[in-house]
Amino acid sequence: MTEKLIFEQGSEGRKGYSLPPCDVPERKLADLIPEEFLRENDPELPEVSEIETVRHFTKLSTFNHGVDTGFYPLGSCTMKYNPKITEELARLEGFARLHPYQPEDTVQGALELMYNLGEDLAKIAGMDKTTLQPAAGAHGEMTGMMIIRAYHQHRGDSKRTKVIVPDTAHGTNPATAAMVGFKAVKVDSNSEGEVNIEALKKLVDEETAALMLTNPNTLGLFEKNILEIADIVHEAGGLLYYDGANANAIMGYARPGDMGFDVIHFNLHKTFSTPHGGGGPGSGPVAVKEFLAPYLPKPVIEKSGEGNYYFNYDLPHSIGKVKSFYGNFGVMVKAYAYIKALGAEGLKEVSENAVLNANYLRAKLRDVYHIPYDRICKHEFIATSKYLKEYGVKTLDVAKRLLDYGYHPPTIYFPLIVEETMMIEPTETETKETLDEFVETLKTIAEESKNDPQLVKEAPHDTVVRRLDETTAARNPVIRWEKEK
Amino acid sequence: MYPENLKYTKDHEWVKIEGDKVKIGITYHAQDALGDVVFVELPEVDDEFEAGESFGTVESVKAVSDCYAPVSGKITAINEDILDSPELVNSSPYDDGWFIEMEVTDSSELDQLMNSEEYQKYLEEEE
Repeated sequence: MTEKLIFEQGSEGRKGYSLPPCDVPERKLADLIPEEFLRENDPELPEVSEIETVRHFTKLSTFNHGVDTGFYPLGSCTMKYNPKITEELARLEGFARLHPYQPEDTVQGALELMYNLGEDLAKIAGMDKTTLQPAAGAHGEMTGMMIIRAYHQHRGDSKRTKVIVPDTAHGTNPATAAMVGFKAVKVDSNSEGEVNIEALKKLVDEETAALMLTNPNTLGLFEKNILEIADIVHEAGGLLYYDGANANAIMGYARPGDMGFDVIHFNLHKTFSTPHGGGGPGSGPVAVKEFLAPYLPKPVIEKSGEGNYYFNYDLPHSIGKVKSFYGNFGVMVKAYAYIKALGAEGLKEVSENAVLNANYLRAKLRDVYHIPYDRICKHEFIATSKYLKEYGVKTLDVAKRLLDYGYHPPTIYFPLIVEETMMIEPTETETKETLDEFVETLKTIAEESKNDPQLVKEAPHDTVVRRLDETTAARNPVIRWEKEK
Repeated sequence: MYPENLKYTKDHEWVKIEGDKVKIGITYHAQDALGDVVFVELPEVDDEFEAGESFGTVESVKAVSDCYAPVSGKITAINEDILDSPELVNSSPYDDGWFIEMEVTDSSELDQLMNSEEYQKYLEEEE
């Protein structure tokens, strides 16, 4: 490590603050707080000066890799650039300084924005009604599956306990099904990388609650038989859930609602260009067809005859609240700005360029990396290190070597049905120059694998830390710092 | 790498027949493809499984995978050593790294399994 932990810096008694003298009589803690709640030892806090603190965290921030610092082709995560203007808009005082307890008539602008965003998302999805509450994609999935469960229960159909999930699905799909109390059942893919229709027909029955599907799937391929798939599930009385993680490939061109899906979640932090993860927070709105609207989380935002916006809590069949207040509002502002700035034509262009970039990379890489499904893909595709196997180089090694060249590696070892895979999603915001450089780098790594495999197998060499021992970390995790005795 | 005295499944488990019981683990190929195994989840003794049903999971630094019962039956023993030392699955997949022992309900199911030669051919085809 080139930077010590903050606990290992400073010296005893050093402080980064000075307080004015106390001007009220001092009282013993024990007089104010019951003894059993008082700690016996002082907390082991860092004892550092202000400048040590500032330098420490500033230095750590330079170790980050983000889409603002470099290419980030992390498959199924849509790490597109987030326009800075949307940050500025979310910081407008009228948005940023709102309080969720303010009376409705003082927050009409915010409610209007949320209402319109819900309408826009429903339009893009081909659905009827939206909730903006869920705070992330997986949270949206859970909300959607709770809606499906509520729908079946309300009809008195309590034997629907199975949720069908393809073997290419995002891991969150089966996890969500289980979390909501369903049994996840796997349906295999065919040799084309799409859902095996015959296998699906055998699986669906009167116990099927839903099919969860990503389209395009995690191989980056569009499920061509989606209408037939939807019919099979619907005829058995089940519903269709659309995992919107890959929506960046089809926006403006195809609508999940038209494909027969009943529920969808979007990841605003993927498709609609708001920041991811720790820099987020996220947002996973859920849109449904009209017949499922009564089960949406409450409150929903409605528009009155006089043009006023209000929270409607009068939803007796609602699954209830899934988030404190109304969701991550700042994220909604950014997504709304993105949608309005691009417009319908602009959103189509986003999908077009995302798909074009992925296909460009696929075509450029096929001589050096094995492309298991080498046909027109959507916004992402998978490649493997099969051709490097004879040199003892695995996909993990290629990914680690990419770090030396300043790239965030693609998603690796997913989807599970292809060995040694990497899943590459360039997104629409990257230039041809960036893509060309990335191709050259991957070609260089293939050359290195041939001529100097050790160099690749021991990578990374030029990063803050070298290759980490993930095995020991997983087998014997040390997750808390402790002071040396 | 694929002992002659064992039977094999398409899900890369091996089966060792010992009278009316079978011992089950994952093959050399399976542990190699998974990479370093960091966690194994096993069923409890007396649990019953149908052939093809998931009886546990094996987690490596790359992925979590299900383990499927090659035949129907009741669990008679589990290898507790691999719970504490999952590395045994990598270092000794056919001996110290075994997973479970089952009492077989229907011995005809054993005929469906592959022998060593057939399994190796299957692996080549999968490539």
